[in-house]
Amino acid sequence: MELDVVFLSRLQFALTIMFHYIFPPLAIGLGALLVIMETTYMRTRDPRYRAMAKFWTKIFAVNFAMGVATGIVMEFQFGTNWAVYSRYVGDVFGSALAAEGIFAFFLESGFLAVVVFGWDKVSDRMHWFSTLMVALGAVFSAIWIVVANSWQQTPAGFHIVNNPIMPRAEITDFWAMVFNPSSVDRLVHVLIGAYILGGFFVMSVSAYYVLKGRHIDFARKTFFLGLILATVFSLAAPISGHFQAVTVSQTQPAKLAAFEGHYRAGTGGTPMSIVGVVDETAEKVKYNVAVPGLLSLLVHGDADVPVTALDAFPREDRPPVALSYYNYHLMIALGMYFLLFCLIAWIHYFRKTLFTARWLMWVSVFSVVGPFIANQTGWVAAEVGRQPWIVYNLLRTSDAVSKAVQAEQVLASIILFIVIYALIFLVWITVLNRKIKTGPVEEMSEVDAGEHKRSWIDAATALAAHGAVSMTDAQAAPPETGKE
Amino acid sequence: MDLNMFWFGLLGVLLAGYAILDGFDLGVGMLHLGARTDLERRVFMNSIGPLWDGNEVWLVTFGGALFAAFPHAYATAFSAFYLPFMVLLFALIFRAVSMEFRSKRTSAAWRKTWDVAFFAASGLATLLFGVAVGNSMLGLPIDASLEFQGGLMDLLQPYALLVGTLTVTMFLMHGSIYLYLKTEGELQSRIHGWMWKTFGAFLVTYMATTVVTLVTIPHAARNFGEYPLAWVLVGLNILAIANIPRAIYLGRPMYAFLSSCATIAALIFLFGMALFPNLIYSSLSPGWSADIYISASSQKTLSIMRTIAFIGMPFVLTYTAIIYWTFRGKVNLGKFSY
Repeated sequence: MELDVVFLSRLQFALTIMFHYIFPPLAIGLGALLVIMETTYMRTRDPRYRAMAKFWTKIFAVNFAMGVATGIVMEFQFGTNWAVYSRYVGDVFGSALAAEGIFAFFLESGFLAVVVFGWDKVSDRMHWFSTLMVALGAVFSAIWIVVANSWQQTPAGFHIVNNPIMPRAEITDFWAMVFNPSSVDRLVHVLIGAYILGGFFVMSVSAYYVLKGRHIDFARKTFFLGLILATVFSLAAPISGHFQAVTVSQTQPAKLAAFEGHYRAGTGGTPMSIVGVVDETAEKVKYNVAVPGLLSLLVHGDADVPVTALDAFPREDRPPVALSYYNYHLMIALGMYFLLFCLIAWIHYFRKTLFTARWLMWVSVFSVVGPFIANQTGWVAAEVGRQPWIVYNLLRTSDAVSKAVQAEQVLASIILFIVIYALIFLVWITVLNRKIKTGPVEEMSEVDAGEHKRSWIDAATALAAHGAVSMTDAQAAPPETGKE
Repeated sequence: MDLNMFWFGLLGVLLAGYAILDGFDLGVGMLHLGARTDLERRVFMNSIGPLWDGNEVWLVTFGGALFAAFPHAYATAFSAFYLPFMVLLFALIFRAVSMEFRSKRTSAAWRKTWDVAFFAASGLATLLFGVAVGNSMLGLPIDASLEFQGGLMDLLQPYALLVGTLTVTMFLMHGSIYLYLKTEGELQSRIHGWMWKTFGAFLVTYMATTVVTLVTIPHAARNFGEYPLAWVLVGLNILAIANIPRAIYLGRPMYAFLSSCATIAALIFLFGMALFPNLIYSSLSPGWSADIYISASSQKTLSIMRTIAFIGMPFVLTYTAIIYWTFRGKVNLGKFSY
């Protein structure tokens, strides 16, 4: 690959956005769980839920700081690397970004201070409210970012005006821009992805405690909460995905064709590829395992009507097929895995062996990698599938880069990003690992063994094992051996 | 006042808000190595712990508002400042993570590493902000299509570095006064000395910058002939600066801090006054400057965003007030501290 500004800027954007996107979905997912934990505490006044929320808040805070630090990079990059794009979309995209700053970021960052540092300073009610605001703020920022990105996929509510500097898109209808054809479908799918991640993340940590025989009571309750969240949203994901695919087939047919490696329309129904190897030169999917007519059925409701293929588009307007295909299929395979995992977990739950099946706990520990990858691959498929356009059918990615920036500068910044991100990623993992290994020792030590109202979580967790584990058992658990 | 002027003004308010708020926590960062023991350093970090993140949001919102209201100015400036802004980003990343990571282990080497990172990142970020302001004062070599025609060396001229130094001394002073408010005992009496020293350094660089600006940048003073009211800002600026030593001397640190806030705000507004009606002055030909009309979004977008700002700003000010009220008073190290 030749060293040009376009390629390098794309590489840098991919690198920085993928690194950034490790953190926001976890913030959204964990935020929802924190709200559930604190609400349960407010209802039952059982201090164990307060302790639980305190522990997860610490994890949340480290994650949030990483999200903020890597997020500012994204805002700067539109201007530094994609100046022509910024000039082109500023009028439309800018209002969404400004709304994100004013409505979401201030809300999140302000109340986060109360959530993290305010346990002893504000009332329980105020703390609960702050947690709710932080969780809402995380959702708000998702809304505006997905709106802006969806406008790039399916532009609406604008016209092209000959500005003295260069032609650009200008807004004609704010709400048509906000509710462009893909924004609602895509927002729902993004949030579902985040909640699945939140569920699997807390299940992973809790399963580790179960395996080590520590914080049993805490771990079982958290695991159960995670399992509910993961199950609900793993069920919702394919449904939302289906609606999204139908929209894509209408608004961005080349993208759907690339997802499916669907090169030639031919006659009759279009199969849905399950697994295969894309050969971009021969323009076909080798070793293709496919269900005949299924894609036609899902898109048109008729198994015999062909779906638009890549041959309907000139070569220079087609997205890269292999990248789109593999990322899209990997996301779907992982989605299926989440469903299977939840199904097996519930079977064990009703057999009362959920926490005694050690293999299942080990699988839970490592399953958290799945949603991280699914969130990434989904976005990669969505963004690569839009190529060669940065704004669909309006502005090509190759025309959108800054004219004042040279390849050497971008190369230098990429190298620095790689070094710095690798470093802080290692530190983040180390810090997270230590926090998790130490566990909620401090938080649980404050819990007194008084009588409290029982919540539905207590009741449900008790069902998961023969002989409910009581709070006194949890306290009698062996003391922590904080190595290192 | 038309919409374009409204947005120019609001950007000024956002930038002043950012400089005042992040100014003290950048200042605390630069003073960090002046704290001797681990305990003192924790006091320093926790004095800004709950606040720095919200403060930085002012920068994010300033950037978003610039993008939305004046996309051409945003695109031109950010692509022109490519490498300095990349370094600024790395500095901001290191600041954020060093605060978050430092407290997570007790090893002395671990803490020392993040202490140095925190100090260096704070200093570098402050310097680069000042250099960017200095370059805006000088003007950038931009052509008729608003594209930057210069190189990295065009951005490192002596005047820009002088403004960078002014920003460093100003935030050092601002940070010292803030720390004085948040500390007690022996540490506080040491910081008392820092307030005087940093004020002296600020006064010297402030006077030098003023003289150099008046002598070498004639277009900066142009508006003061056209709008005599601008002299009020100059007067307020001088009064605010003069009030800092007075308030310190009288033992009223809160007044000193407010005066320091007013000084920063006045300087930002003077900066705006020097630029107006341009966002980026073209050093190649004044006619090619990116003014508030050529670089703006459509009137429709500016008016939609004004609605968003009117709905949003009261909330922003409310949360900011709640947070500062919740975390008022001296630093108290507890279980939830860094």
